[in-house]
Amino acid sequence: MHTFEFVRANDPALAVAITSQAKTAQQGADMRFVAGGTTLLDLMKLNVEQPAKLVDVNGLPLDKIERTADGGLKIGATMRNADLAHHADVQRDYPVLSQAILQGASAQIRNMATTAGNLLQRTRCMFFRDTAMPCNKREPGSGCPAIGGGNRMLAILGTSEQCIASNPSDMNVAMAALEAVVHIRGAKGERDVAIGEFHVLPGNTPSRENVLEPGDLITHVTLPAAAKGSKSIYLKLRDRTSYEFALASAAVIVNVADGRFERVRIAMGGVGTKPWRMPEAEAALVGQAVGDEAVMRRAAEAGLKDARPQSENGFKVELAKRCLVYALKQATQNA
Amino acid sequence: MSNEETVSGGLSRRAFLSSAGAAGVVSAIEGRIVMAQENGVKTASAVRTPEAGGGAGIVAVTLRVNGKEQKVRIDPRASLLDCLRESVGLTGTKKGCDHGQCGACTVHVNGRRVLSCLSLAMMHEGDEVTTIEGIGQPGNLHAVQAAFVAHDAYQCGYCTSGQIMSGVALLKEPCGPADADVKELMSGNICRCGAYPNIVAAIQQVRKGA
Repeated sequence: MHTFEFVRANDPALAVAITSQAKTAQQGADMRFVAGGTTLLDLMKLNVEQPAKLVDVNGLPLDKIERTADGGLKIGATMRNADLAHHADVQRDYPVLSQAILQGASAQIRNMATTAGNLLQRTRCMFFRDTAMPCNKREPGSGCPAIGGGNRMLAILGTSEQCIASNPSDMNVAMAALEAVVHIRGAKGERDVAIGEFHVLPGNTPSRENVLEPGDLITHVTLPAAAKGSKSIYLKLRDRTSYEFALASAAVIVNVADGRFERVRIAMGGVGTKPWRMPEAEAALVGQAVGDEAVMRRAAEAGLKDARPQSENGFKVELAKRCLVYALKQATQNA
Repeated sequence: MSNEETVSGGLSRRAFLSSAGAAGVVSAIEGRIVMAQENGVKTASAVRTPEAGGGAGIVAVTLRVNGKEQKVRIDPRASLLDCLRESVGLTGTKKGCDHGQCGACTVHVNGRRVLSCLSLAMMHEGDEVTTIEGIGQPGNLHAVQAAFVAHDAYQCGYCTSGQIMSGVALLKEPCGPADADVKELMSGNICRCGAYPNIVAAIQQVRKGA
């Protein structure tokens, strides 16, 4: 691990002022915020991350959760994943978020990892994590060995000729289905970014993973008021029953009226280069009768129509479709 | 029961290994410190301005471990795991993967189980750190420790302190009654010997007896 300066920030303004001097907030960043450390310390030990300065944000007053005026929820950036998943309001109003978090990582990691840290969780692509290998995300222009091999866990949606790395987070998938908003305090003031706009596609610049600029501090995430009467589920398919990343996962939130889908929100994990919202699948369901397997299958086909499998992950296309159909069945079982 | 086997002449295995390896250990630590200072000087002259509390080299940190204050001088990069083992001298906490994948390094910080390998020691000033040495001693075992012995919940023993620290924390966490619930919450602790059924049985015995 390289040496670094270490600064404790006890005021968000100070955290922003210090990191505003950074060259980038993306891969290769010379300054990093540290909270739980579960991603950052891991990658620093691998020399994938080599920040010259660490700003400890654990002292900032950003670890709370509170209701918003419109009946939604405001979740602090440094709130621990375990606290978020076990919070009574989350379990009652946003069970899909609680389920997603509790199906990710281990109890120890959930006690450490934070809301903002999970939003910024890095890919598990083995080429990204190994500095002996080329990787366009880590070293722009060096190539992508995953295109052609070693891609079983990687993405089939949102990929580019430069990068096929999958976003590994479970929390992000639930956040995408819940239409969360990320609140950022930066050098030029505060701004809100919809979760769907927060992560960006790799395209020709896979080293850029989100909209964050130097000085940008995620302060909290808000969830809109839960849809009344909605049913939801997070279904995660993986090689092991626990402590494993998703091959395919689905966050599904549905409202049913008169035996028909009235409102549907779908996001999938394990398949996309970012948390993958599926508006085409949602549109294919609205107005259709629940319990009709053909309808759900058509929605899954619509959601996966742009899938581009790699040499070793072709199975994900069918797996993702079945995952979504099963999640929809589960969510509508008693609706 | 003694947890330290006698090698010869009343010298425990731990003490024997420590004295035999002392020369090597000292030079290895010195080497690391020198390397850190070289890096620090190089980067300082390149881009950095020293700030109070920052910079490379050695930092003085006060930790509270098992109820006792510990003043240590550590490399700023030292993980809580390395600090506990090498600076505080509590070697019950084990280093497995050093990347947050195996759970061998599990300790409690402010009563919650965390991975000491993925945490910088200097970020824990003011925190209450509890290691395996702090939850029970020979002759006064924690109920989970005693249950591990009774159920033969280990073979090589390397993951055991991490397993026990997770098991102890689990007793206070939301966890359903079934074996499957325990397995789910213990999934962050890998056992290469495969003692899982006995580990689950040990923890369940304590939960049902409590």
